[in-house]
Amino acid sequence: MAQSVVVQVGQCGNQIGCCFWDLALREHASVNKKGIYDDALKNFFRNVDTRGTGISKGRICSLKARAVLIDMEEGVVNEILQGPLKDVFDSKQLITNVSGSGNNWAVGYKVFGSHYRDQIVEKLRQTAEHCDCLQCFFLIHSMGGGTGSGLGTFILNVLEDEFPEVYRFVTSVFPSGEDDVITSPYNSVLAMKELNEHADCVLPIENESLFDIVSKINQMINSGKPGTTVKQQSLVTLNEGGIKKKLDEKPFDKMNNIVANLLLNLTSSSRFEGSLNMDLNEISMNLVPFPQLHYLVSSLTPLYTLADVNIPPRRLDQMFSDAFSKDYQLIQADPKHSLYLACALLVRGNVQISDIRRNIERLKSSLHFVSWNQEGWKTSLCSVPPVGHSHSLLALANNTCVKPTFMELKNRFLRLYKKKACVFDITSFMERNLSVRSLLKFLSFLVCQAALWESLAHLHHYLQVDRMEDSCFTEAVSSLSSLIEKYNELDVTKGLPIHEQVRLNIVI
Amino acid sequence: MSVVTVQLGQCGNQIGYEVFDTMCRDLHNTQGFCSKRENEIYQASCKEHFFNEDKSEVPVARALLIDMEPKVISQTLLKAAHSGRWKYGQHSHFCQRQGSGNNWAYGYSVHGPKHEESIMNLIQREVEEYDSLSGFSIIMSMAGGTGSGLGAFLTQNLRDAYPNSFIMNQVIWPYGTGEVIVQNYNSVLTLSHLYRSSDALLVHENDVVHKICAKLMNIKQISFRDVNQVIAHQLGSVFQPTYSSEDSFQYRRNPLGIDWQVRPPLSGLPALEKVSPNKELRFNTSIANLLILRGKDVHSADTGGFKDPALYTSWLQPSDAFCEWRTHRAFNKYEKSAALVSNSQFLLKPLDTIVGKAWNMFASKAYVHQYTKFGIEEEDFLDSFTVLEQIVASYCNL
Repeated sequence: MAQSVVVQVGQCGNQIGCCFWDLALREHASVNKKGIYDDALKNFFRNVDTRGTGISKGRICSLKARAVLIDMEEGVVNEILQGPLKDVFDSKQLITNVSGSGNNWAVGYKVFGSHYRDQIVEKLRQTAEHCDCLQCFFLIHSMGGGTGSGLGTFILNVLEDEFPEVYRFVTSVFPSGEDDVITSPYNSVLAMKELNEHADCVLPIENESLFDIVSKINQMINSGKPGTTVKQQSLVTLNEGGIKKKLDEKPFDKMNNIVANLLLNLTSSSRFEGSLNMDLNEISMNLVPFPQLHYLVSSLTPLYTLADVNIPPRRLDQMFSDAFSKDYQLIQADPKHSLYLACALLVRGNVQISDIRRNIERLKSSLHFVSWNQEGWKTSLCSVPPVGHSHSLLALANNTCVKPTFMELKNRFLRLYKKKACVFDITSFMERNLSVRSLLKFLSFLVCQAALWESLAHLHHYLQVDRMEDSCFTEAVSSLSSLIEKYNELDVTKGLPIHEQVRLNIVI
Repeated sequence: MSVVTVQLGQCGNQIGYEVFDTMCRDLHNTQGFCSKRENEIYQASCKEHFFNEDKSEVPVARALLIDMEPKVISQTLLKAAHSGRWKYGQHSHFCQRQGSGNNWAYGYSVHGPKHEESIMNLIQREVEEYDSLSGFSIIMSMAGGTGSGLGAFLTQNLRDAYPNSFIMNQVIWPYGTGEVIVQNYNSVLTLSHLYRSSDALLVHENDVVHKICAKLMNIKQISFRDVNQVIAHQLGSVFQPTYSSEDSFQYRRNPLGIDWQVRPPLSGLPALEKVSPNKELRFNTSIANLLILRGKDVHSADTGGFKDPALYTSWLQPSDAFCEWRTHRAFNKYEKSAALVSNSQFLLKPLDTIVGKAWNMFASKAYVHQYTKFGIEEEDFLDSFTVLEQIVASYCNL
């Protein structure tokens, strides 16, 4: 069985990572009653004895996560090391600093990147050496800040250079429009160029979507309608001990747990047995038709199961329908009204192939698939359901509905970036007669300039960094533009009549 | 005469298990609707073909389990052992840590050469145990990466290593709608390669078997287990011992000997005109049919209908094209059962559909980079398409 390593970078990356390890342990605990260190556990955990030497078989002694934790501030990582998961990590797996990246991609990438490169490579190598067959790196980070975004994407490059054969799956949290980090568009677009060029697969996440899902669940729990008591253990937003911890539950915990569940479901079929297995390398193979188009929109259902056994379980088919609804997507997108390039259904639990086929037949007609992939479905069946559920579904879609997210990002970037050109027009005003009208114009211009100087100052912080130039910005936005253009070209084909290609003419 | 079964990939191993399980159940059936002596001869013959006997007297399947990742093989070995009725050999499996990722090129160009020596050694050790080899039965799917890619590579190797042995591939045709997105590419590459090395491709279509489960067996929630058991039943009914038509006192020696070699007429084939596969076919035209009857009253069954010349292509006599095997001993507790193995235009439409879809996808070059990464170039695709178009045309013109 192959192994995976999680690389969690920055505050967001580490918080999500922490939730992931918590849930992974809970999942394995519920399945592995005998306490044997089995192949499924081996995927994400090492088994070590009291001296820290690895044990490959037999009873579980002490489980250590196959993870590398990196942050340029200490707060989050220290909290993890003092919390309930402290025994799952050891100090050899961490890289921390105190100063932080100041929400600056350039600091994260160029400064800390070059400073920590050797250490990073060493930690990664150590973790890799503990695997007998390393298949995949999972990078978790946010795009809007400095460490996750800058150092995170630097590490992505390192992973490609040092471990070219190992898959790189990136879970990226994109900033929302109301993000309080002003420079988040810069950070995100600069990071996106790296994702375009060095990731095998990216799972974009937007906080707004996670927030909406959390609200939906809260509504359900608090509705008080008869028969709506929710099985606590089954909440997609819950972590271990969450029932008791309600008071000191951190604000983002619920949202982070959704992402943690995403990663668990993604890897379930490679960890546990089933009648139609799907390994991680199959995800890339089936869902990435062209190298650059590797952004996958994900949705998880069901979000909870009802505790009242007298109410019949929500029809299986409802689970499939929900997976395609825009309310369940983890980014602000509506795949139903855009074009599918490919779709994967990862089913867990008590579901059979006929259930999947029936639902594909049913849903097919309401979805638009690209002309050359009309039957673009990949399915997998894992026998082991998630904790608290009898069945679940993770849908991964390569769909043009990511385009609006990227366009919005590009627009926000340009609003910030283009302004700098206006600054140099100030001289043209100085020579004119100052009539009232032109005075007012001049005043409003000055107000504008104040904002511009502010954003210029932000830009200055980037350009100040060694080896950081204007071209980094222009190249990054150009990379994003060309990606958007590729999606445009595909979108144009939506709804057009499909022409069968002329077949080869054989002389008989 | 022994048959060496090679189970490849998840599909091959899951189905292989069901096949041996079915044959073993049938073997131990006392309800054979025939004399005790007859039953004993049948059992001995079945064991000779498919099982070894070891010290514990639990029959050991003459099979090799091969997969590039360990989960399915572990499951399969366990299931067999738990049944108590039969088991797999202790050293009869080969497995790696990471699968082929649904990538035919990976199975063929990476796993194939890398593990060629180990796998061929494993096979050779197995073959050397037997006095005489009937042939190889390779169970594989077309849609995935290991069964399809490694399967094609292995079949080629077996052909080179055992040029005079009979090699038959049990090929599982995937559901039309998505088990695997690149299934059409994998299928085209598999079939074109198998055509060069295999003696016979015995095909089972998931869609068809699914319909059998739904409509004929009325199963509500159909699982892969149900599908696999139907396939196993069909294969068992073909491979279990049968009397040869010439010599009705001896069980046919080679269960794989579906040896109706198609001999073209001495006067040569008639001129072929181009026929579209979509043209309404009034009759499914056959080149050859094999009918296997088992159970009560088997010798009084009237099979005249199968000898109707209208069923066959104009350049073949029914007497050359039709073969029947009749056996008293019933199969799997069915008082009477019949199996038909047919080389006909049945598969023309499915084949044409797969080639069409693969071609459409290839025209846009989607996913091709995943194959070129491992050494399968666009020319290789084109070669495969050419081979299959020729096959489609040939069947069309029957």
